[in-house]
Amino acid sequence: MTIGSDLNIILPEIVLSVFALFALVGAAYAGKDKLGPLLVWVTSALMAAVGVWIGMSGDGTNIAFNGMFVDDGFSRFAKVTILLSAAAVLLMSQEYMARRDLLRFEYPLLVALAAVGMMMMVSAGDLIALYMGLELQSLALYVVAALRRDSVKSTEAGLKYFVLGALSSGLLLYGASLVYGYSGTTLFSGIVQTAEHGQVSLGLLFGIVFLVAGLAFKVSAVPFHMWTPDVYEGSPTPITAFFATAPKVAAMGLFARVLFDAFDGAVADWSQIIALLSLLSMFLGAVAAIGQRNIKRLMAYSSIAHMGYALMGLASGTELGVQAMLIYMAIYVTMNVGTFAFILMMERDGAPVVDIDALNMYSKAEPGKALAMLVLLFSLAGVPPMLGFFGKLYVLRAAYEGGLAWLAVAGVVASVIGAFYYLRIVYYMYFGEEREALDRTNPPVLWGLLMISAVAMVVGIVNMFGVEGAAAAAAAVLVN
Amino acid sequence: MIGLEHYLTVAATLFVIGIFGLFLNRKNVIILLMSIELMLLAVNINLVAFSAFLGDLVGQVFTLFVLTVAAAEAAIGLAILVCFFRNRGTIDVEDVNVMKG
Repeated sequence: MTIGSDLNIILPEIVLSVFALFALVGAAYAGKDKLGPLLVWVTSALMAAVGVWIGMSGDGTNIAFNGMFVDDGFSRFAKVTILLSAAAVLLMSQEYMARRDLLRFEYPLLVALAAVGMMMMVSAGDLIALYMGLELQSLALYVVAALRRDSVKSTEAGLKYFVLGALSSGLLLYGASLVYGYSGTTLFSGIVQTAEHGQVSLGLLFGIVFLVAGLAFKVSAVPFHMWTPDVYEGSPTPITAFFATAPKVAAMGLFARVLFDAFDGAVADWSQIIALLSLLSMFLGAVAAIGQRNIKRLMAYSSIAHMGYALMGLASGTELGVQAMLIYMAIYVTMNVGTFAFILMMERDGAPVVDIDALNMYSKAEPGKALAMLVLLFSLAGVPPMLGFFGKLYVLRAAYEGGLAWLAVAGVVASVIGAFYYLRIVYYMYFGEEREALDRTNPPVLWGLLMISAVAMVVGIVNMFGVEGAAAAAAAVLVN
Repeated sequence: MIGLEHYLTVAATLFVIGIFGLFLNRKNVIILLMSIELMLLAVNINLVAFSAFLGDLVGQVFTLFVLTVAAAEAAIGLAILVCFFRNRGTIDVEDVNVMKG
């Protein structure tokens, strides 16, 4: 292996980071914030282009830097999802941020750097690479959470996210140090040999538990979810949309990568931990969201519940489980992009509205958008004809076939409870009592993404746009 | 003779003190930053001890990465804290409560 071929493998990451660095320096020298709108478009286009490039080009498994960086079908699937959703969310934020004077040139670049971190995470083949990717992502996210510097809520969200995020990094790192100590290597390919035959030493087990706790923080699984509602509520809405999409995919990808690449021999040990995390997340997400009137907090609990379902796929510890998790995350991201496009359009006299009461009789004023939102909410709840139902069906099947029938039953119960708060919004939109109406603004980008994602939820049931096969191939690479 | 377990005990103690500092402290956000730093340094002791014990350099390389990232993390934390102080006029942990979560 020469350095040239190694660099060739990480070329997409290099392109994105070099772009971010040059744009940062260039914008600081030149027009400052006047370049903001342009940079949003350029960054978004570049991320989408890199996403398509990764999806089209790579094949097989390429290992760079002596195993520290792995480029395989699994990482490519996750990277395409991450980059496309990050590009979509960045486009959505353009109009909202510009009107509130938040469109500083740093914003698109921080998103780009976070995306590089996420790409590192899903490709990590070593504890050091894992940590560096995770921190590159987290440090960028702490800053964007506090992007509205003159708002108490936004800075408080940033502060809370920072303190709890740093705590989780500490836990994860302590776990990493124990894993290193008790297996003698930081390479996943080396660790997996130590944990072979299901014989796990106590030190290594402690390491796994700390690592899982740190990662559970990042995917906001119960009992490590405390930061989620506050950060979702406090951050500017486009940034909340970003938090709910790409970083979740990256964290789930990293989770799967660590569990299957490094601790494949200890499935019995970690599967029960993940099953418990999944159970708690599904129920807390379903029950706690019922009392929420703020739609951003509601989406936070909704994302906690959805992470519970995705973890259910991982808990089964099988190839089908990983495939189900990947399909679930792809569907989840599509639904969330559409839902947040709708939330971004909720305004009254130009000011954002987050109270779900404001949606009363929305269908009268805007039948098209109300219908699209109805489709998305049904899909989020998992009502049969929509794509969201098939995502749930996949993870439930994986859990059942993985011998976790009790978890599958619990998942069905939690999804019935959770359906209540999604359907309540539908009720408000179609049968509520008339109130002061929302503005009838239709920014083309937001409107387009809302409609695309709603149509995808219906049309996707035909063949899932080929995601099913791609996820199956990705899962087969990871679990072997 | 001081062996590996002594280092691990010190590191575990420091790590637990750091976690307790995060959860029990009700006074000042700066103390939270110090607790986080304490946790990361405990991890570094762990890594260096393992590295010496295993005769493997990777642990010490890892330590250097952790130190660097910890510095960046502290810088970002302080920057967010300064922004928060400008808006709220206080950095008491009890006053970080505009949103009840």
